[in-house]
Amino acid sequence: MTADKVIFLLCAALILGSALMVVLTRKLIHAALWLVSVLFGVAVLYALLQAGFLAVVQVVIYIGAIAVLFIFAVMLTRRELLDRGPQTRSNWWIAAILALLILGGLVFLILGQPEAGRSAAAIPATVDTLRNLGMALVSPSAYVLPFEVASVLLLAALVGAVYIAGIGKK
Amino acid sequence: MNFLNDPINFVASWLHGLLTGWRLPDGLATVIVYFIGIVVLVIFAMTLDIGLVWVERKVVARFQDRLGPNRIGPFGLIQPVADIIKLVIKEDITPAGADKIIYNIAPVLAAMSVIALWAILPLSSKIFGVDLNVAVLYLVAAGALGTLAIIMAGWSSNNKYALLGAFRMVANIVSYEIPMVVTLLIPVILADTMSVQGITQAQSGMWFAILSPLAAIIFLISAIAELGRSPFDLTEAESELTAGFNVEYSGMKFGWFYASELLHAFTYGGFMAVMFFGGYGGFFGLETIPGFHWLTNPFVEALVFIAKGMLGYWVIMWIKYSMPRIRIDHMLAFNWKFLTPLSLVVLVDTAVLSKLLSGLPAWEYVLGMFLSNVIIAVITVEILRGYGRKQRLAEERLPAQAVHN
Amino acid sequence: MSIPLSWYLILAAVLFCIGLYGVLARKNAIAILLGVELMLNAVNINLVAFWRYLDPAQMGGQVFAVIVLAVAAAEVAVGLALIISVYRRRKTLVADEIDLMKW
Repeated sequence: MTADKVIFLLCAALILGSALMVVLTRKLIHAALWLVSVLFGVAVLYALLQAGFLAVVQVVIYIGAIAVLFIFAVMLTRRELLDRGPQTRSNWWIAAILALLILGGLVFLILGQPEAGRSAAAIPATVDTLRNLGMALVSPSAYVLPFEVASVLLLAALVGAVYIAGIGKK
Repeated sequence: MNFLNDPINFVASWLHGLLTGWRLPDGLATVIVYFIGIVVLVIFAMTLDIGLVWVERKVVARFQDRLGPNRIGPFGLIQPVADIIKLVIKEDITPAGADKIIYNIAPVLAAMSVIALWAILPLSSKIFGVDLNVAVLYLVAAGALGTLAIIMAGWSSNNKYALLGAFRMVANIVSYEIPMVVTLLIPVILADTMSVQGITQAQSGMWFAILSPLAAIIFLISAIAELGRSPFDLTEAESELTAGFNVEYSGMKFGWFYASELLHAFTYGGFMAVMFFGGYGGFFGLETIPGFHWLTNPFVEALVFIAKGMLGYWVIMWIKYSMPRIRIDHMLAFNWKFLTPLSLVVLVDTAVLSKLLSGLPAWEYVLGMFLSNVIIAVITVEILRGYGRKQRLAEERLPAQAVHN
Repeated sequence: MSIPLSWYLILAAVLFCIGLYGVLARKNAIAILLGVELMLNAVNINLVAFWRYLDPAQMGGQVFAVIVLAVAAAEVAVGLALIISVYRRRKTLVADEIDLMKW
C-alpha cells in the first residue's frame, strides 16, 4: 500500500461519512457544515489527481461561496427548522432502495469496463496543465464558447437571484 | 550546498540521511521530514505571533501617547507570556445551549486559516513552505476558511449579538473579497504567473506598487476589511454588538481568535510586500552589483521580508488606531459603488496597457503604467468631487425649500 | 499514481447515490439542494479522474469541471433565492407543502 492509496482511502472515508451525515442528520445547519467537510475532501482528491487549480477553486467557490450561502439561507429561514417532526419523507425507504439499485448498476458497469483498472501515467514534465487549462478556456479552437456562456449564465443568475430574493416594492 | 546558502534543503537532507541511516524506509523518512518541517513552520509563526502581541500593544500605546506595557521584563517584553498564562488559566466557559462541537472547532479553524497562509509565504528564495503554481488563489481559499470559522463561532454561541456580529463580518468579508481578488490579479498579469516566488522574482527590477499604485492601495483597503480591523471593525462595535462573533468565548479559545487576528494582520502585511513591494527581493538590481551580492543570502532575504511585512503591519496598525469606525451600510456602499468598479477599471487598464507597452524600453513602460494609474486616480477624484458637490447642493437647497413652503 | 481508475469511479458513484437519496428522501427544500450539490461533486470527481487517467494533455475534463462549478454557483444562488422568497410568503420550507403554482 503506497502513500497515495492511504491518502485516497482516508479521503474517501471522510467524503462518504460526511456525505451520509449530510443526508441523515436532522439539524439542517449541521448538514450544511457536513457538506463543507465533503467539499474539503473532494478538494483533497483533486490535489491527489494533480489538478491543483481545481482543488483551490473548489475551496474558494464551494466552501467560500456556496457553503456560506447555504448556511446563510438556513439561518434566514431558521425558525421553522428547529427539528419539528421527521426530516425525511414517510416513503424514504423507496428512495433508499432506488439509490441502492442505481449504485449497484453503476458499480456493475464500472467493474465491467476493461479500462477501469488502469492506473495513470505520470504527467510529462513538458506539460504545464495550469497553462493548458488557461489556454483551453480562452482559445477559440477549444472551449471559449462554453466559458463565455457560463459567464452569461452567472450574470443572469446574479440578476435573477437579486430580483427573486429582493424585497419587492409591492 | 551548505547551511548558509540553502538552510532548509541542507537540514532536510541531513535529517533524511539520519532517518534512512536508522533503516527507516525512504518514503516514511520523507514523510517524517516534511512533518517536522510543518511543525517548525507553525512554531515559528506562533512564536512570531507572541512577539506581535507585544509590538501591537507597544505601537498602539505610542500612537495614543502612552507608554504601553513596561513592567514585566525589559520594555515589557515578557508581557505577552504573562498574557498567555492568564488566558490559559482562565475558566473555560461553554455557554448553555451552545452547539458544543461547532463552538469548539471554530477557534481552531480560525487559527488554521491563518497558519495555512504560511505554507506559501516566501520568506526568502530558499526558505518557504511550498511554491504552488496557484498560490494567489490559495491565499483567497484560506480566507474562505476564515469566513467559515466566523460563521461557526457566531452561530454556535447561541447569542444574538454573536450571530449578528458574524452576519455583518461575513457580509463584510465576502464583499471586500471581490476588489481584493481583482487587485490580486494585477500582479498576476504583470508577472505572468500565480506563484509567489515568480511574482517576487518578477519584481527584482521594479516594484509592482510603482507600476500600479492604485492596485496596491485597493489591496491594502480590502485586506484591512478582510481582517475586520478599524475602520472596518464592525464586530467590535461595542455599543451595538458588544464584541461581535467571539463574545461568548473565554480563556484560550478567545486567545486563538485574538492570536489569529494579529498573525493574519502581519501575514497580510507580508503578502502586501510580496505582491507589490518586491517581497524578499526587489532591490532594483542592486544585488547584481559586485559587493552587494550578500543581499541574495537567504537569511538576509528573510530579514528583508520580515522588515517589509512589519512595515505593512505597521501601516495597518496606523490606520486602525487613527480612523473612526464606518457604519455598515456606508461600508458596503463604499465597496460596491466605489472600490469594486475602481478595481475593475484598474484591472482592465493594467491588462491592456501592459500588453500594448510591452515592446517599449523599460523606463517608458514603467512611466506609462504609472501615469495611467495617476490619470485614473485623477478622474476618480473628479467624479467623487462632482458627486459630493451635487449632494452638498441638494442639502443646501433642502432647508431653503422648507422655509419657502 | 498507483490508484486504479475504478476507485475514483466507485467513490463518485457512491457519492452520487447518497446525494440522490438526499434529494428523494429529504423534506426540506434546502436539504434537497444539499443533495444536488453532492451529486454535482460526484460528477466533478469523475470528470477530473477521466482527465487525469486518459490524457492529461487534453483539458476537456478540467474545463467541464470548471463549468460545472460555475453552473453549481448559479444554481445555488437562484435556488436559495427562490427558497427564501417562498419562505417569506408561505412560512414553510417543506417541498411537499409548496404545491400551488400561484398564490
